[in-house]
Amino acid sequence: MNALTRPLAGLGRVTLEALGGVGYAAMLLLEALYYALFGWRVGQRLRLAPVVRQMREIGVDALPIVALLGLTVGLMLGIQFIASLSEFGAQSQVVLAVAKSVTREFGALITAILVAGRSGSALAARIGSMSVSQEVDALSVIGIDPVRYLVAPALLAMLVMLPVLTIVADAAAILGAALYSAPALDVTPGAYLLHTMSLLDAGDVWQGLSKSLVFAVLITLIGVSTGFSVTGGAEGVGRATTRAVVLSICWIIVVDMVFSFFLNR
Amino acid sequence: MNAPTPLIEVERLDAWYGRRRVLHGVDFSVGAGEIRVIMGGSGSGKSTLLRHLLGLQRPGAGTVKLFGVDLARAGERELQEVRKRIGVSFQGGALLTSLTVGENVALPLREHTRLDESTIRIMSRLKLEVVDLGGFQDLMPSQLSGGMVKRAALARAIAMDPRLLFFDEPSAGLDPVVSAELDELILRLRDALRMTIVVVTHELESAFKIADTITVLDAGEVLMTGPAAAVRAAPNERIQDLLNRRPREVQVDADAYLRRLTEEEA
Repeated sequence: MNALTRPLAGLGRVTLEALGGVGYAAMLLLEALYYALFGWRVGQRLRLAPVVRQMREIGVDALPIVALLGLTVGLMLGIQFIASLSEFGAQSQVVLAVAKSVTREFGALITAILVAGRSGSALAARIGSMSVSQEVDALSVIGIDPVRYLVAPALLAMLVMLPVLTIVADAAAILGAALYSAPALDVTPGAYLLHTMSLLDAGDVWQGLSKSLVFAVLITLIGVSTGFSVTGGAEGVGRATTRAVVLSICWIIVVDMVFSFFLNR
Repeated sequence: MNAPTPLIEVERLDAWYGRRRVLHGVDFSVGAGEIRVIMGGSGSGKSTLLRHLLGLQRPGAGTVKLFGVDLARAGERELQEVRKRIGVSFQGGALLTSLTVGENVALPLREHTRLDESTIRIMSRLKLEVVDLGGFQDLMPSQLSGGMVKRAALARAIAMDPRLLFFDEPSAGLDPVVSAELDELILRLRDALRMTIVVVTHELESAFKIADTITVLDAGEVLMTGPAAAVRAAPNERIQDLLNRRPREVQVDADAYLRRLTEEEA
């Protein structure tokens, strides 16, 4: 009997924990949004300075690496599409293929994965070490709600900067594809880019941007909620950091697939 | 000590960690102007009691009132007003590592007052002078020694001139001289700023030096509360064990022992 019930009990416990985690993250999201909008009413005004600082750390500092990765992914897509489309003699369609796949999919995905690794882990590590050293408690007893002070600025900064980075990645990737494909198609890179612009419509870009907003929420919430639930000292902080990155990337990929499915029906 | 209403009132407080009960019906009250030391060994529940006094945990049962406000029932505004009137110095200091010492001390002032920047700067430097850390405002917390971190944390705790000050393990991890200096500082604060101070400690020497009254906790229960001299003379065996550093005589319950060894889900 015991051998039968124990795996069941384990499954139940894991399910409950997962549900609890999702609920906790949802609560953090609501609280952060509440403080961002109405915090001043309850004496928890959101300051601009920390939001700007987070925007710099999450967004501006990540610009070079996002642009570089975007360019590389664009080159790679150009190479692959030219190779596979030439089998049907349809190389010229590479412009369309790159334009749509980058703006709808790869730009947002690459940026989100990069930011999860850079900033999601940083959030988890920072908040985790603050919980361990009682700094979060100290904020509470000073009368500073930790969610307002630590989560709200990060969430706002992420919501602004991830779409911005996504646009940069889109542009860099298309440029990268142009650099490889234009000579192969016997056109100038300028003509390639113009052709791309004529093929793209606003809906393509929006699809990528709307995903990046969802990714922004995911990365922030997973980062801060794993950070807040750190126990067990420095080792716990390390574990939380890893967990935040792995969880974020898994969620990003799954959510991306779900969104792609519904947005392309 | 015949204050009309105590600043802290705790009634029948129960606290649980999972299935383990850490506080058993604790009654506790502190009057204005008092220095109260909460004393007890490791695992006696003194840190848990402090967390409840600070409103960091919700009571399993019973009430915790600060300034007559029930922390578990208070609204956000009310709680905020209570928090402006208390200061807390945590065991490890808990200074925000991303801010300088001066910014840490200025933090409560920035959040709760509408003073201009130069006033805040002067006030926070004044508080650093009180704890003998004048001139250290531009250092980062990681550049301070253990004793300095505690004093900086104390400066932040008194930034808003609180009526009630909590101090968690002031002498933990410090050498005897520095911890004696901290004790002096606590006494000076009470005399100069008329604060009511609650100190949690397991250091006997420092406890008897600063305490007006002492509450002795053991295994989640209040053994006694009384003036320092009365505690010292108390006949209670467990108090004397604590005072004389005698190891506890653990009585083994054979059934419970076997159960712990064999049970699958402890």
